[in-house]
Amino acid sequence: MLGYAGRILYIDLTTGKTRVEPLNEEYAKKYIGGIGLGMRLWLENASPGVDPLSAENPLVLTVGPIAGTMWPTAGNGHAFVAKSPESHGVGEAKAHGSFGAELKRAGYDAVILKGKAEKPVYVWIDDDSVQLLDASRLMGKSPAETDDAIREELGDYYVRVAAIGPAGEKLARIACIINDKTRAAGRTGLGAVMGSKNVKAIAVRGTRDIVVAKPEEFMEYVKEFHERMKGPATQKYRTLGTPENVLVHNSLACMPTRNYNNASFEGAEKVSGETLNEKFVAKIIGCSSCAMRCEHTVVVPEGPYKGTMTRMEYETLWALGPYCGIDRLDTIIKGMELCNYYGMDAIGAGVIVGFAMDCYEKGILKPEDLGGIEARFGNSKALIQLLEKMGKREGIGDILVDGVKIAGEKIGKGAEKLGQHIKGVEVTGYDLRCLKTAALGFAVSFRGADHNRHGAYAFDVKGKVNRLKAEKGRGKLVRDMEDIYTLIDSFIVCKFSRGTYYKELPDMAKLYTLVTGYEMTPEELKKAGERINNVAKLFNVREGLTRKDDTLPWKVMNLPIPDEGPSKGAYVTQEELDLLLDDYYDSRGWTREGVPTVEKLKELGMDDLMSIVESKEE
Amino acid sequence: MVKIHERKFVSADPDKCVGCQVCEYVCSMTNDKAFNPLKSRIRVVRINQLANLAVTCRLCEDPPCVAACPREALTQSEETGLIAVDKDKCNGCGWCIEACDYGAIMLHPENKVVYVCDLCKDKGEPQCVKWCPEEALDLVTSDVLAQKARITAVKKLFQEAMKIS
Repeated sequence: MLGYAGRILYIDLTTGKTRVEPLNEEYAKKYIGGIGLGMRLWLENASPGVDPLSAENPLVLTVGPIAGTMWPTAGNGHAFVAKSPESHGVGEAKAHGSFGAELKRAGYDAVILKGKAEKPVYVWIDDDSVQLLDASRLMGKSPAETDDAIREELGDYYVRVAAIGPAGEKLARIACIINDKTRAAGRTGLGAVMGSKNVKAIAVRGTRDIVVAKPEEFMEYVKEFHERMKGPATQKYRTLGTPENVLVHNSLACMPTRNYNNASFEGAEKVSGETLNEKFVAKIIGCSSCAMRCEHTVVVPEGPYKGTMTRMEYETLWALGPYCGIDRLDTIIKGMELCNYYGMDAIGAGVIVGFAMDCYEKGILKPEDLGGIEARFGNSKALIQLLEKMGKREGIGDILVDGVKIAGEKIGKGAEKLGQHIKGVEVTGYDLRCLKTAALGFAVSFRGADHNRHGAYAFDVKGKVNRLKAEKGRGKLVRDMEDIYTLIDSFIVCKFSRGTYYKELPDMAKLYTLVTGYEMTPEELKKAGERINNVAKLFNVREGLTRKDDTLPWKVMNLPIPDEGPSKGAYVTQEELDLLLDDYYDSRGWTREGVPTVEKLKELGMDDLMSIVESKEE
Repeated sequence: MVKIHERKFVSADPDKCVGCQVCEYVCSMTNDKAFNPLKSRIRVVRINQLANLAVTCRLCEDPPCVAACPREALTQSEETGLIAVDKDKCNGCGWCIEACDYGAIMLHPENKVVYVCDLCKDKGEPQCVKWCPEEALDLVTSDVLAQKARITAVKKLFQEAMKIS
């Protein structure tokens, strides 16, 4: 099949040996690429129950079949998969930019890093030549500094680098992997997995041609999508960007504020997408091969953080802003830059600071615990100080940077309830108390609290369902969205472009066919989407996660929204959650314990993974 | 006869270019039937998030690449200003590459002779200009570029003046 490079690179960091094996074509058709292929490969390269930060947890890097072509948004993505040090289940995160295209041109669909290097190294993939080079002088550098230093050392400006920062080196469980300086494979702590292998960075240069099966039709289809991308489906991303959500969510009282103590923020206007664009956005740029351009590059024009430049999106703005009660955009931007500098997931980092502030205000954390930081909600100086401490693992930062679940348990005194997470992964910017379809999507998300595994919030926010009600039928809504989203992350298409696939599955099937030459049908593709959700579930089942882990943060189930307005009094009861989970598991054809059945696995052609569930059948 | 200052070449507007590389992909597809930025006659440079620019042949008057070639493999068309490469004479020595101030003439990774933008003369129009999603690329003469620069400079001047009043 074209599109695929047809090769998988195995790197044993312990011995320094590398080998290349052909890509299993069955896997390609069944799991597509990206996270689907990555999770399948992880399962066969790891033993059950491995410690996420041990040498036995392989780090899998994948691209999709479209990578390296000029298909808008899909030409440039890559994914990392491993066991997450936050959730102890599926860890996966994608990023775009130009790294993925380079890896495909080097001739690989996947790279599997096993073992642990004796000393800090960076992996240098130069087409067929693969080397582990000394990284001792890169230690302590930010991902962006590492990027520059490696390109300088290798003497090639067009080398693409994905690197961890100081947080990843220090095995912080919210550490991310950053490429192209501002693009993060952010969630689930995979930067710590890379750090635990003594790998500082992966540098790639690829020179191969990428050809598609039907070039003329492909180019026509590209042209059509360039036109679609100028239309309404992507308007939000090209204009205000995702920060548009600030005022939308605020007006619905569904924006978690001050660590979920509120659902709306009185300072929303000051941190809105409108204000950001008016005062801070300097340029909107694009990833390699994209015709959309969404990356809002912001620069602080004046004040103490003058000159700070970074990318800004809703989730990170929300976490570092409203979630900490902070209404100063310049501080939020500085916070974002610090997260990129240290290599921390900025969503997780903001939620952690909000948690620490809540602990402080409730007297659980005292000023002396925080090295004198006055961590009141809204104290923008405290945000910066706490992020610095987390990035360096200093003082309280050493505890906090492993995430709110572990920090809550260590701090105790009720802090466990204040840490808002699912499966150990910090929440994102949707108040689940009043968005009950989203609540289900978040609860069952195989990588922990996340809006990007389903996009089920759209039903609630757009008023397509009664967002305050838990009822049967939501299971199917979430399931269908999940099956599309796993395909998006396996192709790998950028989620911002999802609206341009007017016919969804038929459009995606056509793209797959034009690139690979394999006649993919929408039905077969839908099945692949379902299969990928099942393989993710098998990953979690094998690693010991159960129905109990498909749950919601403490406040979502115990603290009704106090804010006057459309969401007042909303929360999710255990009965509601059980109803939603049963409905979802039923629609998936899983047991009420949330385990895929043998029949379901047979139907999906996953007989080779049956042993994972057979022991749980009785 | 066409006068030299009416020669057109592809120029990128630094305010509009976002560094997406669509031009590189379409160039390699047009000329080499494959996606490969290494075979593109136009190249994007991103210095940082704010500084992006696609660069290609400027069709210089009295081009240094032609002058540098020790084998007379390069010639410039008097009519269009395009640089032609005689593949039989070129031995890939790289003197022209060193001579070009823009990095616009390059050694082809497979053919091992140099190659340079030909404005897609067989296609009727440069494909990069046609495909650029930002309309950042233009086929312009040096006169038009001078006009643009002039207008921008004057606008800036008046903006400053307006601020003062």
